Amino acid sequence: MTSSIERIGWGIAFLLLAALGIPWFLWGSDRVVAGLPVWIWWHVGWMVLTAAVFWLFARRSWGLWIESDAAVGDAEASAAGATAADDRRGDRP
Amino acid sequence: MSQVALQLGIVVGYLLLALGVGLLAYRLTDRTAEDFYLASRTFGTVVLLFTTFATLLSAFTFFGGPNLAYASGPEWILVMGVMDGILFAILWYVIGYKQWLIGKRRGYVTLPEMLGDRFGSSALRGLVAVISLFWLFPYVMLQQMGAGTALAGLTGGSLPYWAGAALVTAFMIVYVVLAGMRGIAWTDTIQGAFMLLATWAAALWVLDAVGGAGAATAAVAESNPEFLSLGGGVYSPAWMISQAVSIAFGVAMFPQVNQRFFTAGSKKVFKRTFALWPILVVLLFVPAFLLGTWAAGLGVEVPAGENVLPILLNEYAPGWFAALVIAGAMAAMMSSSDSMLLSGSSYFTRDLYRPFVSPDASERREDLLGRIGVVAFATASFVASLYRPGGLVQIGSTAFGGFAQLALPVLVALYWRRTTRAGMLAGVLGSQLVYAPWVLLSTRTLSEALAALPLVGEALAGVLPTAVAEFSLFAGAYFGWGISLYCMLLGLILTVGVSALTVADGERAVAFDVAGAD
Repeated sequence: MTSSIERIGWGIAFLLLAALGIPWFLWGSDRVVAGLPVWIWWHVGWMVLTAAVFWLFARRSWGLWIESDAAVGDAEASAAGATAADDRRGDRP
Repeated sequence: MSQVALQLGIVVGYLLLALGVGLLAYRLTDRTAEDFYLASRTFGTVVLLFTTFATLLSAFTFFGGPNLAYASGPEWILVMGVMDGILFAILWYVIGYKQWLIGKRRGYVTLPEMLGDRFGSSALRGLVAVISLFWLFPYVMLQQMGAGTALAGLTGGSLPYWAGAALVTAFMIVYVVLAGMRGIAWTDTIQGAFMLLATWAAALWVLDAVGGAGAATAAVAESNPEFLSLGGGVYSPAWMISQAVSIAFGVAMFPQVNQRFFTAGSKKVFKRTFALWPILVVLLFVPAFLLGTWAAGLGVEVPAGENVLPILLNEYAPGWFAALVIAGAMAAMMSSSDSMLLSGSSYFTRDLYRPFVSPDASERREDLLGRIGVVAFATASFVASLYRPGGLVQIGSTAFGGFAQLALPVLVALYWRRTTRAGMLAGVLGSQLVYAPWVLLSTRTLSEALAALPLVGEALAGVLPTAVAEFSLFAGAYFGWGISLYCMLLGLILTVGVSALTVADGERAVAFDVAGAD
């Protein structure tokens, strides 16, 4: 079910969300918009966006990196791993 | 009614309410450790979200946070948002959800238990428990000191400090022993909702009195223009990132938070709480910390050792409301400590007493032991709080960094099957052995350290070039980055490096497999 594009894509998305929660490009800016410094507005908007992205992740890709990526090592795990691999194949068009 | 009587009335009212909730929860409990510590893994979205939230951030929201925004500007809003709303939410998924899946399958109740079983090592289990208690105990003591001071202040000294701390300790013992995790989480939920409402009411009241956010911010532009520009003062990019990363990772390893990962009732609960974190964080911290900043613009004077928010509210809101917020903040302090007490006791009984002293204790007996552990833990930290030892105060105030050291080895263990017992022991112990002495010896310069040497020290220190002599041997930060980050990196390198060099032996990587989970 999960492609490596999905795995890496969500990883980059999460990193970006964390990295830009503080608007570094507004460093030193003291512009006030609608009663608050503009960088606080950015932050509020960014947090709403983050929640939306998290919600989307929970709906579409929940379990990514955890449930669908059974590591293959010993006997007990490789059985489970094979099942997961079969699932992946089955989902391809 | 006088302000003091009103505040005391509200505090007592809250305690009675909490006790009622505790009794209700007591009637619902099975007498097992899993129920006492984890409410049998049944929490729904709202309860899990608010219990984690209230446990962590309560007193800081009303006191510490606004104080910081008053003194240094509102940039802490951003640090808080990134830390708790984004980084912690990601850890909530990456560590928390995986721990929940594993814990449900294998019946784990604590983090040390989970690691000890996976690596077939009671040494690792005991080590993680001891490290956690080392940082947790002084942190609980700080809460008792805070509550004692606050009650003494509230009653104008007629209730002395020791009596205030004793009262709070006694209440917490009765409450935690009765209520267990379920009761604590229920009161946390009430409290979380109260905190949100109170913060917004406070902001609206103050803004109404001063003519809106525009006017309040304009006043700050007059008095402290540097507050409105992003950065400056203590706020450097490296400092903000260090704080956010170190505290977010520390939070995830605090026993009372980490243990909550095991309490979710279903996968759906995890999904919902995950997306709600950023929203909750913004809703609470933006108004709370802006109040502190606006207070600076309004010329509110804060005497040393006092908190800005109560003073601001006394000036701009009705007296009963200010009393409500102060009482709520104190109650919040107590609710954080009771969660710590419960989790601390579980680490003690389950990961130290049971494996090392009495391996064949029954479920029922462990439940009883857990309750005895609560009494012992609370009494010991109360006695410590009477003496306020400087060393313990320092350990307590650097606890987040201490817990953060556990996070990366745990992450490696959760996701890399080749992690070995030796790797874990090296990563966990190595990072602690550098971090703990470092923060305890902090701020000594090279010449000060040399001067402590007998005979030659003084002379040596005298001939050093100034730049070298003033070099901080145990600084809190190097090149702007907090020491805790360097130690985390060290822990990561040790865990991965030693694991790569050693071979697994008698370990059960399969214990962390969740493939095919229901």
